[in-house]
Amino acid sequence: MKATPNNSKKWSVAGVYAALTAVSLIMLVPFLWMLSTSFKRPQDIFTYPPQLIPPVFQFQNYVDVFTLIPFHRFYFNSVYISFVVVAGTVFFASLAGYAFAKIPFTGRNAVFLVLLSAMMIPHEVTAIPMFLFMRDLGWIDTHLPLILLPIFGASGVFGIFVMRQFFITVPTELEEAAMIDGCSRFRIYWTIMLPIACPGMATLTIFTFVSIWNEFFDPLIFINTRELMTLPLGLSLFTDEVGTAWHYLMSATVMATVPLLIVFFLAQKRFIEGVAMTGLKE
Amino acid sequence: MNRKVKRRNKGPLAREAQVTGWLFISPMLLGFTLLLLFPMGKALYMSLNDWPLLGGHRFVGLDNYKDIAVDPLFWKVFGNTAYFTLGLVPFNIVLALMLALLLSRSLKGIGIFRTAIFVPVMTSLIVWSIVWKYMFATDSGLINQLLMLFNIKGAAWLYDERLAMPAVIVTSVLKNVGLNMVLFIAAIQQVSRSLYEAAELDGAGKTKSFFNVTLPMITPTVFLTVVMTVIGSLKVFGQIYVMTQGGPSNSTKVLVYYIWEKAFKLFQMGYASALAFVLFFVVLILTLLQWQLRKRWVFNEGDA
Repeated sequence: MKATPNNSKKWSVAGVYAALTAVSLIMLVPFLWMLSTSFKRPQDIFTYPPQLIPPVFQFQNYVDVFTLIPFHRFYFNSVYISFVVVAGTVFFASLAGYAFAKIPFTGRNAVFLVLLSAMMIPHEVTAIPMFLFMRDLGWIDTHLPLILLPIFGASGVFGIFVMRQFFITVPTELEEAAMIDGCSRFRIYWTIMLPIACPGMATLTIFTFVSIWNEFFDPLIFINTRELMTLPLGLSLFTDEVGTAWHYLMSATVMATVPLLIVFFLAQKRFIEGVAMTGLKE
Repeated sequence: MNRKVKRRNKGPLAREAQVTGWLFISPMLLGFTLLLLFPMGKALYMSLNDWPLLGGHRFVGLDNYKDIAVDPLFWKVFGNTAYFTLGLVPFNIVLALMLALLLSRSLKGIGIFRTAIFVPVMTSLIVWSIVWKYMFATDSGLINQLLMLFNIKGAAWLYDERLAMPAVIVTSVLKNVGLNMVLFIAAIQQVSRSLYEAAELDGAGKTKSFFNVTLPMITPTVFLTVVMTVIGSLKVFGQIYVMTQGGPSNSTKVLVYYIWEKAFKLFQMGYASALAFVLFFVVLILTLLQWQLRKRWVFNEGDA
């Protein structure tokens, strides 16, 4: 009598595990296949039946990629652009976020509302005049648009929003004490508020890094010279140029993905919580 | 008297706040004006012009919009975008909700599954699309190789007019389903336990308590994610660029791809701007709709 509900419960747990394993496998197989192909020799790519473990590990693929395309340039460009954009976004967004949260100036709410509502402007609308604007400035085929647009554009506004939410929770008494001691606003922001806002800044850093590392549309529009391309753009062109050299392409994509995976595993909890908290952004 | 003293005390501080407040937001405000607000206005103006890359532009009023209305390729592209959106959104939401239900239980090793499903979200869309293009490849693709094991001759997925779009949709769902899943998990975990206990006392089973407790309680999140996913789908570009380049025979050419092609390959900047404004109006309507409905549904939203 007792066995039936127990058994059915066991079965349902097993069913849950089976379903989750199936979905997880579908998610992970592309990565495994990418990793596997990245070590294959050209003649091992199309074998039947498909082999997950290559018969011969060709580490040379990873070296050849650098001579075939300026892969180290793509890499360097992606790293340094991400770094500058993250630093710029965190600084300017936290400065403005602090002001919107804690400094009572006239027009504050109105300006904030305008900023927020501008976030729904699709990027594709402003990209066209921006292209002409950058051309007039002589900034096409430079990294300036790739750095300035995310810091001050819609993703910067998103940063303000995140930082403001964070600063709002900090008690005002803390600042008042410092103000009585004669601290300037900037000093309060720099020495008191920023250290408190570290978790918020970490969340913003991860968000910004991931989105900039993956950004594709802007580099596609603004960059023509191969040496100036970022990883996603460089790799997307590589599909055309080398056509079916999948083993090279896969070793390049592995190398492009690894930094992201490292960042993700280091900051996994914060990132997932951040997504859940803000409930925004692709 | 008392009030006067107070005001005087507040005076210099309040004035200081005026100056520093505006000073602190001025870099963002300046950048925002130059890089977002001004281009927005200019885009609107451009959409009313015939605007080639080189040479002068010519004011044509609403002609671009009229041309769009009778452009057969636009309607094809519009249909493709709708196809992508209507194919992706229900698939994504239902799968995300099912996964969230399974993963909001406390089972052993749940973190591993959550991570596995979330990893594609943060991978580069371009890398993900490249790998899936490889998986869908006609001869060397894993999918056709696996089908061959069962003696099935696989299709030329990305070169078949009927199959290319579904292939892109599946790729896109797998890429982003983890995002909605995380949002749903967060929402489900906020539903009060006591509601379930009450439902159980009333004799409700699992299914019943899902439809009577969970779903009504997370409706705001469901609606938010539906709107966000629809907006995201309307802007699909990267996976199309990598996997199909809009082909075969325009069967996967979507709105943003068409905008990009018109603006940056054919340099019809005015026409492309008008197309972009069509996209903008659709996004605007969806966003306003969401705000409206959110007001009705979400009670403890705070001031933001």
